[in-house]
Amino acid sequence: MSSHDNHPEGVAHHFETAEQQFDSGKLGIWTFLLTEVLFFSALFVAYTMYRDNYPEVFQFASQYLDTNLGALNTLVLLLSSFTIAWGVRNAMLGETKMLTINLIITLICAAGFMVIKAEEYGHKFHEGTLWGGHEHSIFQLDASKVDPDIAAHSKAWSNPDGEFSAAVKDLDPAFRQKLGIFFGVYFCLTGLHGIHVLIGMILLTWLLIRNLRGEFGPKNFAAVDFIALYWHLVDLIWIFLFPLLYLIS
Amino acid sequence: MSDSSHGSEGHIGHVLPLSILIKVFGCLVALTILTVITGKADMYGADLAVAMIIATCKASLVCLFFMHLKYDRPFHGMIFLFSVMCVGIFLAFVALDAESYQEHIKDFKANEVADQQIGE
Repeated sequence: MSSHDNHPEGVAHHFETAEQQFDSGKLGIWTFLLTEVLFFSALFVAYTMYRDNYPEVFQFASQYLDTNLGALNTLVLLLSSFTIAWGVRNAMLGETKMLTINLIITLICAAGFMVIKAEEYGHKFHEGTLWGGHEHSIFQLDASKVDPDIAAHSKAWSNPDGEFSAAVKDLDPAFRQKLGIFFGVYFCLTGLHGIHVLIGMILLTWLLIRNLRGEFGPKNFAAVDFIALYWHLVDLIWIFLFPLLYLIS
Repeated sequence: MSDSSHGSEGHIGHVLPLSILIKVFGCLVALTILTVITGKADMYGADLAVAMIIATCKASLVCLFFMHLKYDRPFHGMIFLFSVMCVGIFLAFVALDAESYQEHIKDFKANEVADQQIGE
């Protein structure tokens, strides 16, 4: 900054004022969010077309998703969105300690979301409720190709307690094969979303470290604001994913 | 800076009062519970429409308050609406395209069944 005596502190040399610098960053993050929406839209369109073509497949397959875990994950993400929005307020007002607390709560929520998601994924791998092409998937046209170990303990396959509307092994083979489509869409959508949560966790950790170094305050909160916007988008996607996947009745 | 919870004096961005954040969070939780209840109940075929309306309400709350769009420059809101509009166009064109092939698919399936019967 020594070559620009009048240049404001913390403003890069190619910006006139702090406001101009902030606005440029904000425009950048919103443009990025636009590309994120378009990125996810491909999968949402795939979802729509498959559901439109096979409504009965989506209705049947949705019973294998745990609505309670999905709802819990929705609440966990909403709480994290609230704490990061509060965190932006903390950064703007220079409340460094409260920002630290809010960032930690947001991180814990993000980790909690991933733990619940891992629990759900694990259950699906155990049950063989996977996309059709997977070797352990129970949704095979030819029932003899289903992994016998998976079939032996999969409740979805044999429906021993009458928990589901039908046992997968008794289904019409053509219908059974199509159930894999639902799980293909499910794993792509929730997987891509999960990757975004993981990236968000890395960014939140980075914010936490910077905040502990005392880098954020009323004059420098842009990073907190922008990452919060990204985090809200991750929440927005889940707001639509939850009813579309878990609440098909 | 003590009275800065309202308005944006001395700040580049707008500082949202904590009370609004709490209220928005409360609404979001309430809407989540509502969508689970309506999702499990028989809505006489309107399930998807009801679920999407509730999700859109939730998304609007997040956009307007958590993402500050209500207080932000309108241009940022326009960028976001533009992306949503593009998704709509994307969906509409794919639906239109898929629809135009339905006759061919029906013919194909009909021929397939006929072929099988001949084979038998």
